[in-house]
Amino acid sequence: MKHSRKYMIAIHVAAVVMAVVILLPFAWLIISSISPATDLVSSHVHWWPTHPTLSRYKAVFSSSVGGGDNVAANFRLAMVNSLIVAGATTAISLAVGALGGYSFARLRFRMRRTSLFTFLAVYMLPPIALVIPLYLALANLHLLDSKIGLILTYCSIVTPFCIWTMSNYYLSLPADLEEAARVDGCSRLGALVRVILPLAAPGLLTTAMFGFLLAWDEFLFALIFTSTSNAKTIPVAIAEFTGKYSSDFGLIAAGGVLAAIPPVILALLFQRFIVGGLTSGAVKG
Amino acid sequence: MSATGVTTTPRKKRGRRVGGKGEARFAFLLLLPAALVVFGVVLYPVARTFVISLFAVDSPLPGSYPFVGLSNYTRVFRDPAFYSVLGHTMYFTLVSTGAELALGIAVALLLNAPLRARWFWRSLVVLPWALPTIVNGALWRWIYNGQYGALNGLLDALHLSSSPIQWLGSPFLALNMVIVADVWKNTSIVVFFILAGLQTIPADLYEQARIDGASAWAAFWRLTLPLLAPSIAVVLVLRTIEAFKVFDIIYVMTGGGPASGTQTVAFYTYLQAFSNQLFGYGAALAYLIVLAVFALAMVYLRMLRQGQMAGVE
Amino acid sequence: MDLNEMPQQSELVGTGPTRRVVLTVGGGLTLTAFLAACGVSGGGGTTGGAGSGKGTIRALVMKQAGYSEDDIRKMTSSFQAANPDIKVTLDFVAYEALHDKTVAAAPAGTYDVVLIDVIWPAEFGTKKIIADVSSKWPASWKEQMLAGAVATPQYKSTFYGVPWILDTKYLFFNAAHLAKAKVDASQLDTWDGVLKAARALKGNGVTKYPLIWSWQQAEALMCDYATLLGAFGGTFLDDSGKPAFQKGGGVQALEFMHQSITDGLTNPTSTQSLEEDVRRVFSAGQASMAMNWTYMFGMANDPKQSQIAGQVEVLQTPSGPGGRPGVNGSMALALSAESKNQNAAWKYITYLTSQPVQNKFALSSLPVWKSSYDDPAVVKTNPAVVKQAKKQLADLILRPQVKNYNAISQVLQTEIQNALLGKKPAQQALNDAADKAAPLLAT
Repeated sequence: MKHSRKYMIAIHVAAVVMAVVILLPFAWLIISSISPATDLVSSHVHWWPTHPTLSRYKAVFSSSVGGGDNVAANFRLAMVNSLIVAGATTAISLAVGALGGYSFARLRFRMRRTSLFTFLAVYMLPPIALVIPLYLALANLHLLDSKIGLILTYCSIVTPFCIWTMSNYYLSLPADLEEAARVDGCSRLGALVRVILPLAAPGLLTTAMFGFLLAWDEFLFALIFTSTSNAKTIPVAIAEFTGKYSSDFGLIAAGGVLAAIPPVILALLFQRFIVGGLTSGAVKG
Repeated sequence: MSATGVTTTPRKKRGRRVGGKGEARFAFLLLLPAALVVFGVVLYPVARTFVISLFAVDSPLPGSYPFVGLSNYTRVFRDPAFYSVLGHTMYFTLVSTGAELALGIAVALLLNAPLRARWFWRSLVVLPWALPTIVNGALWRWIYNGQYGALNGLLDALHLSSSPIQWLGSPFLALNMVIVADVWKNTSIVVFFILAGLQTIPADLYEQARIDGASAWAAFWRLTLPLLAPSIAVVLVLRTIEAFKVFDIIYVMTGGGPASGTQTVAFYTYLQAFSNQLFGYGAALAYLIVLAVFALAMVYLRMLRQGQMAGVE
Repeated sequence: MDLNEMPQQSELVGTGPTRRVVLTVGGGLTLTAFLAACGVSGGGGTTGGAGSGKGTIRALVMKQAGYSEDDIRKMTSSFQAANPDIKVTLDFVAYEALHDKTVAAAPAGTYDVVLIDVIWPAEFGTKKIIADVSSKWPASWKEQMLAGAVATPQYKSTFYGVPWILDTKYLFFNAAHLAKAKVDASQLDTWDGVLKAARALKGNGVTKYPLIWSWQQAEALMCDYATLLGAFGGTFLDDSGKPAFQKGGGVQALEFMHQSITDGLTNPTSTQSLEEDVRRVFSAGQASMAMNWTYMFGMANDPKQSQIAGQVEVLQTPSGPGGRPGVNGSMALALSAESKNQNAAWKYITYLTSQPVQNKFALSSLPVWKSSYDDPAVVKTNPAVVKQAKKQLADLILRPQVKNYNAISQVLQTEIQNALLGKKPAQQALNDAADKAAPLLAT
């Protein structure tokens, strides 16, 4: 398909504008993370640090863990915790939500509307409302300050989200696919697994990415339910970089840069699946 | 395979299928894991919070609290602070969701276009999404700082302003600047959703439109947008829910100020429930939020019902 | 998804699994509702106990403030060495999370010892989150501790903890700036003098905005307001517990604050600044004078974090027509009411707050004991600050000690900000605040 030269120029200019809008704040983040603390308190803005320093990054990777004001080393642990918690949450919620979402999209059963509402209501509830009873529940199960406790909690929020988005994604797929499969002799489950799910890959991945972010980003529950580096996640660790009596934005920035790397890698790995997907959606035959 | 059981023979009604007994059982099996995961942990807390909303609970400890029925809920409506907070939230939701949708669709279309090195542009969009909200809030607070923030520095370097602007210094301006920070981060997700939705639109439809002589704008308006309606509906509902729940970025950027100008319903609920230990009142607020979001979601879905593809509803 | 259409009669599936599901779910919900209602309509009462004086106790303390994490761990290991039967687990959280974590953990009884801010005894005490320790307080402490310290864990003459971290805000100034503007430091003894000095600094072009404050909508704003309210002789509440900040000194304090902004003496960024922002601006040499907590002295004089190292000096809170009380920003160690090991926890608290331990770590946080301030070893750790602290810590002003202080504080914060931002005149802002606060105080 040939496009006019004007069109090509226009879209590339637009792409550059988009890139600038995205990258400027990010660049500032990175620059701040390598700027010495005195630069960050200076009277005029230093667009480039006077003495760029990687000391904050070095502190995260080289200092030893264990007690003390070793915020940097504890951050390393927090990253691991976040990866495990967000990863497990996404895997469980996606699996469970992809199945559940299908039933709302394609199946008819009594109380369908009510049960969908109930799932969504859990997602709509501000986390504040549940903190104390949930704290008590986790305490009774001895799951406070544990990754499993966080995973269970996050799954209960991320799963309704997955159900909702997947069910809508299924709806956008042609309605006759399952019927075609079942006419060919597939069971209901077989039709779902072998025909629908592969086609839903873009939706699955988008849902996974968004779900991962919900768990990666979550702050309030992590703050209240965790107390040591057994389970402290990145948002809590970063929030502790800054306090009433000390805050180095450079450290927060370094933490932010490091915290962004795993999701970016994951997204890059999976992005081609998002746009892979269907080329032509017509059902043959 | 034909339906069994007491139902009549399956018939198609606007493409909808009528189920048999097997269908309900299948649905039950599919939903069971989800129900276990979701309600296994939160059923008790959700129920407890609802019960608490009916009592005048002002301490986290168990005890004997007076039963007040729905008066926590009616108290919300008599609370003048609630209305201003609700106003902030509606404004925040409207503007941020609208901006994210508009920008998200635009960028998704851009990323779907035949750009050179498309993988590069698509990877860029991932960056704001990957930054934790806590850091995002701290970053923008830093950028907006009235004394040494980069935004004022930039305006100064470009000679666009002579004296520093207090971006977070006045209530309405601060609310908008928080929206900017939120939109910067969350548009990425909208882009992904719309991009995924764009993939389900067969390319031959565009071919057909082009052959029929439709302009690019007409193709977008009458072809793309209606077919994107399901994705847009999903995004609208999700972003609305998130906007009503927005807490972290306010906590980090402004703490609700200046002059309570950036307090949203979720933040206000936090203050009532946690800072003031008015748990009954906070619980009522939380459930009212759920109702409000619900109502909004119903509105969206009704509005977009026409755009739905014919299929099982 | 069309959620409006109800399934038609003929589409409803038969009985069998669905009915069973409905019954199970219904039963489960009823059970849950019943359980959820427990503990709201009765039952409860504290389950805490004295314990055997041995075992494990868990403490919730603050990180990166006052005593550092290292300090507290050192204190704890010496305690454990001296008390082999008791083991202490420490949880460090940021200050902002301290209140919320204490509240959330209360029903679960996770902590035996919690660090509380001076504004929380009323709230936590009345809600029985922390225990009444009046009977454990030796009378000698009331004489031997500084007055401000003794007041910290009290509510209505009941003691709810033991003071540990004593702090107030001092006036820090940049000596080099003052020299340049030919301002003598003695001028900074009164608020009038501070304004005059600020005008001189501004007029001579030394700093554009000589003063920077932490007036963001947060508790920090209340601290500064309290200082000035005391300086102008106002009070927060009158003797009957009704609002009194909208009269006299309270109004003058707010007018003083607002006037300093409109006169261009106070940096307009102050209304979005917290203590750390104040430190940064001051350390960058962009402000000549600032009120802040003890900690700023060390950091502003540290060449690695400040551009004005060596130029910083500290003075007492300036005086106004009503006196010169410093705001009481102290913290105390409290016994959790749900703790099952209160004897052991009390031993730990008394150890941490004891004079020898506090003297040892005086560099991080000044002791609560009067005689420590005459101890040469203590004075040596921070001579400039100790000199001022000795005077200031004897004269501290408290924010209202009422059980819903947080709600009052939120009301005041909003209205004070309204006045500072010029949206309302000071008197009207405080009148509105008094109107909103009155019903809260009455409950």
